Amino acid sequence: MSVAILRQGSYLIASIQSDLSDREVTELRHELADLVGRHRSRGIVIDVAALDVIDSFVARALRAIVLTARLRGAETVIVGIQPDVAIAMVQFRLNLKPLRVALDLDDAIELLDRLTRGDAEDGG
Amino acid sequence: MADEVRVPITTDADLVTARAEGRAMAERLGFPRPDPTLIATAISEVARNIVVHAGRGEIVLRPFDDADRFGVVVVARDEGPGIRDVDAALRDDYSGRGGLGLGLPGARRLMDDFDLESDADTGTTVTMTKWRYRDELARRREERRRRA
Amino acid sequence: MNDHKFVLPVRIQHVATPIREEDHMDREPDRPEPDEEPDHETEPDHETDDRPEQSSSEDADGLLQELVAYLRENRGDLREEWARRISDAELLGVMSEDEIFSEATAVYDNYVDALETGSIETLQTYARELSERIIPRGVETDEVLGIVLLLRDVLARSLFAKYREEGDLLDRILDAYEPAANRIAVTVGVSFVDERERVIHEQQEALRELSTPVLQLRDRLLILPIIGALDSARARQLTEQLLAAIRDKRATVVVIDITGVATVDASVANHLVQTVEASRLMGARTILTGLSSEIAQTLVDLGVDLSMMKTVGDLQGGIEEADRLAGYQGAGGADSRADGET
Repeated sequence: MSVAILRQGSYLIASIQSDLSDREVTELRHELADLVGRHRSRGIVIDVAALDVIDSFVARALRAIVLTARLRGAETVIVGIQPDVAIAMVQFRLNLKPLRVALDLDDAIELLDRLTRGDAEDGG
Repeated sequence: MADEVRVPITTDADLVTARAEGRAMAERLGFPRPDPTLIATAISEVARNIVVHAGRGEIVLRPFDDADRFGVVVVARDEGPGIRDVDAALRDDYSGRGGLGLGLPGARRLMDDFDLESDADTGTTVTMTKWRYRDELARRREERRRRA
Repeated sequence: MNDHKFVLPVRIQHVATPIREEDHMDREPDRPEPDEEPDHETEPDHETDDRPEQSSSEDADGLLQELVAYLRENRGDLREEWARRISDAELLGVMSEDEIFSEATAVYDNYVDALETGSIETLQTYARELSERIIPRGVETDEVLGIVLLLRDVLARSLFAKYREEGDLLDRILDAYEPAANRIAVTVGVSFVDERERVIHEQQEALRELSTPVLQLRDRLLILPIIGALDSARARQLTEQLLAAIRDKRATVVVIDITGVATVDASVANHLVQTVEASRLMGARTILTGLSSEIAQTLVDLGVDLSMMKTVGDLQGGIEEADRLAGYQGAGGADSRADGET
């Protein structure tokens, strides 16, 4: 399976296992939107460490996930962007507004804990 | 040196192959990091355009290896409807929204040379190149030549 | 009887005679026509049919010694001719005239010694030492080969001029000279290239030793002090190292200190900004410290977006700021920049 999605409390953790085709990316989008609603999740962590390319399509999909999740009451944090991928994304000038990032899963959970502690000033 | 590699592009699964082949060739040629990722990312953009707008086409990866430089030429070719406004497609407004959503300005920023030819009759051909000097000596030699 | 219309030296029917000035006189009638073109190719065309049977190595040795004596005797003129040709060919541009002349003298003497002794060891040593001297000056391989071949040419032409009338003797002189001269050229060339490769390897080693410029100051806080000239290649390398360190050490704050950098050009400034942005994507905030007013001005002129990064005057201040940021991130404060926003 190309993406493993686990539930940890009120958070969903999506762990991408390998390079995804566009279709698989779109499936991930729909699946997460569905699951957030079903489980009333408060947060999503997407681990992209296995992606060695993040292009405009993936960036667009990640943005869509963030915005859709937010509409359903969940914050999203992206983790595991690899150094070369980060450089490529920056050089490409991908539009990465509303994305939140953290270094790894631990930091992401901690960030989500902070964000979901019910404060209205999280700048979302 | 290895010969050229051709990747037929018809479905989005082929993008995965094209990215992998691009990365593999870049690494084989000895590109330092992060170049293999930059090349694979640029390939991903132009290959996707083929699938989305033309239905099918091909990616050709052509390595070259001179005395002073080495690199790869990526040709993304299709016989689709073509891009009507090439200038708009290449316009880089640095907002990430420009370029008609074709990702071409971004791809150009990742590569060193970039050429786009497109019309309704023959389709679209994107030719992009990334290269490096073989070593410090080659770079200095080139600088000396340029200054002379 | 003898066809003297030669562009390249040809064999003249003679009985081989000892080489003496008087004999030269005897052969006057065989002197070439006055309108003869004196310029020859350096590589003579040997017609091998009538070669006299005397090619014993002793003979060759004797010729070589005569040759060496001649070259020593005419050292001044030949060396000057050579230096002139070097500057005509615009070689050794990085060296002054005096330097060229002094090295030329040493090369000439070594060259002639090698011809005399037939031993290339001394020559190899000299060539290596010469290479050690001139490689840091920026002399390239084509220049070194060029000047050695020019010396070979100058000496060969002078031999033509001297022995022109004695075609058969000229052949034998050249038979003795050529292999020795070529061996010398190859020796010098190879020594130079070897030395060059040695230097390159040394530099690579040194580079590798500098391969951990990122320092971990505290838990999750990294410092990257940059010292010296920054070009695109070095900037690229530093970026890779910094990002890898961010990942490996789980850094949330990075302080990049450029106190030790004098100037930055547009492409390096760009690299810097991209490094800061890429660090952000990996979850780390960047503080830039030690900007000189010149660099600050450059960044402003280049239209660099500085809102992305925090800049502080000096390293100490930067570390304090980093602590502050790290503190916020730990305690979940209200600083929105600590909330993972890109």
